[in-house]
Amino acid sequence: MSEEVLQQAAPGLVPGSGTARAAKPTRLSPSFISWLQAGPMMLVFLAFFLIPLVFVVIVSFWDYNEYQLLPAFSGRGYTDTFEGCIAQLPDLCTIGKTYVKTLKLCFMVWAITLFIGFWVAYFLAFHVKSKTWQMGLSLLCTIPFWTSNVIRMIAWIPLLGRNGLVNSGLVKTGLVNHPVEWLLFSEFSVVLALVHLFTFFMVVPIFNSMIRIDKSLIEAAYDAGATGFQTLVNVIIPLAKPGIVIGSIFVITIVMGDFITIGVMGGQQIAAAGKIIETRVNALQFPAAAANAVILLVITFLIITMMSRIVDIKKEL
Amino acid sequence: MKEGRPRSFYVLAIFFAAYVLFLYGPMIAIYVLSFQGPQGGLTFPMNGVSTFWIAKLFKGTGIVDLGAAFRRSLLLGIIVMIVTVVLSVAAGMAFRRKFKAQSILFYSAIASLIVPSIITSLGISLEFRIIDDLIKAHWNENFETSMGLLTSGLGAHLTWTLPFGLLIMFAIFNRFDPRLEEAARDLGATPWQTFRHVVLPIILPSVIGIGLFGFTLSWDELARSSQAIGAVNTLPLDLQGLTTTVTNPDIYALGTVISAVSFTVIALALGTIAMLNKRQAAKGSDAGQGLV
Repeated sequence: MSEEVLQQAAPGLVPGSGTARAAKPTRLSPSFISWLQAGPMMLVFLAFFLIPLVFVVIVSFWDYNEYQLLPAFSGRGYTDTFEGCIAQLPDLCTIGKTYVKTLKLCFMVWAITLFIGFWVAYFLAFHVKSKTWQMGLSLLCTIPFWTSNVIRMIAWIPLLGRNGLVNSGLVKTGLVNHPVEWLLFSEFSVVLALVHLFTFFMVVPIFNSMIRIDKSLIEAAYDAGATGFQTLVNVIIPLAKPGIVIGSIFVITIVMGDFITIGVMGGQQIAAAGKIIETRVNALQFPAAAANAVILLVITFLIITMMSRIVDIKKEL
Repeated sequence: MKEGRPRSFYVLAIFFAAYVLFLYGPMIAIYVLSFQGPQGGLTFPMNGVSTFWIAKLFKGTGIVDLGAAFRRSLLLGIIVMIVTVVLSVAAGMAFRRKFKAQSILFYSAIASLIVPSIITSLGISLEFRIIDDLIKAHWNENFETSMGLLTSGLGAHLTWTLPFGLLIMFAIFNRFDPRLEEAARDLGATPWQTFRHVVLPIILPSVIGIGLFGFTLSWDELARSSQAIGAVNTLPLDLQGLTTTVTNPDIYALGTVISAVSFTVIALALGTIAMLNKRQAAKGSDAGQGLV
């Protein structure tokens, strides 16, 4: 503090002293400058993320009719969602089945993207030696991420459709008599498209943690007589864990909330957590949509908490 | 260490090549298919070669008003890009020293990235509906809506682009040498001069990267726009609408046009980054220039 006062009193006497950033005295305190710099972004998140989340929770307890929101406390959004769940026991009700299906899709996509993402990142980090090649090949994997998801989804139609390349190939080689129907607008095509779209979110964080691994650790393991597999399990995987967890969190949250890929690639036939919200919004049942959003948020949050428990992400970071 | 390349190199190289083929193969298929003749269908083999379907899009006689949606998406993308660059660079600078609410901003950004888009989108739409109701009740009964491309739509896109911008800024300042600023300060530069003439030129290539992210993420954004954008559609929303009724290759043509814009922006940005890096390498050092 006294340094700042001195600086203001006699500019130039204490150049670059202490934590004060300014060489010349300014009337702005460092903390005020920080607010000025970070404030606008904070305001955007406040106005378009935090307050909207609060509204989702509030509106989930409002009442509704066919035309409008009724700002009065009601549990209808939730009771409508869980309608018949107790009566149907031990069978799963609609919402229960939908969540089981969503979790199943989520698990499959997670397992596949993790497998592909891990080996792609491993190849880039450990086998590609030249920095230029490393950058070029990473860029090659990144570019599709920058183009429209819908285009990347419909790109499967000419391949998987009834008269698509795969089917005509199968029919021509005589493997099947009729075109295979389950290739498109099915769970298979949903998983395929999700893997196609989101493996990127696994590759990048895993690559980032692998690239930071000290190569001498691997040489040390090698010198100590470890096999390649032992090095992988005992050295590389533990050190790449933060990246694996971050990538997994991205993929899982995206798939849990997805309604576009599941809609387009499932031929609008597959129920999923995100699609319930979309359907409710389209029917203008906002409190019910909000109630489902809260449920989805809680479940997603639980999964993330569980994952960060398993690997103790705080210790890793 | 071992000499030569281990067997695992070749296995993984093939795996990597297969992954790249998986990434690009289907996309290339639709780019090719969009250049079919007027009788073309949705699948191979191609039925003639022409630019019929792409021309049809630009004539505006197709299923969507491509021109209007194109202009809206472009306008939104450019504004999102500018706002993302300015706010990310400013916030990135703030994070270089401790300040109150630092962790709140950091966790907001991370949460904004991982909370499912449909929830953010629904929340923004509810927020604007409530604002509309308030305006109707208290000020103007005939008020239509405050939702729109540059209000709720812009906000929705920023919740997606700003976290990426901030994370890139962290990466930049992780490898930034603060001694360069100290040197500038010792030479009597004001904080603004230090930023303008020392910091900015060094971080500029990465800042262009943030702009690239901002534009292309907004240009292709769908999930957050879906509920939050109001009455008008952006290109990706029109495209999604087409997927349920599609029978003609015009959807591929639209896809090809959207991708062409994305790839042009990526190429322009990467070219600029390469140019700036070259310039920095050429002019950034005065080694061997003599004393005067």
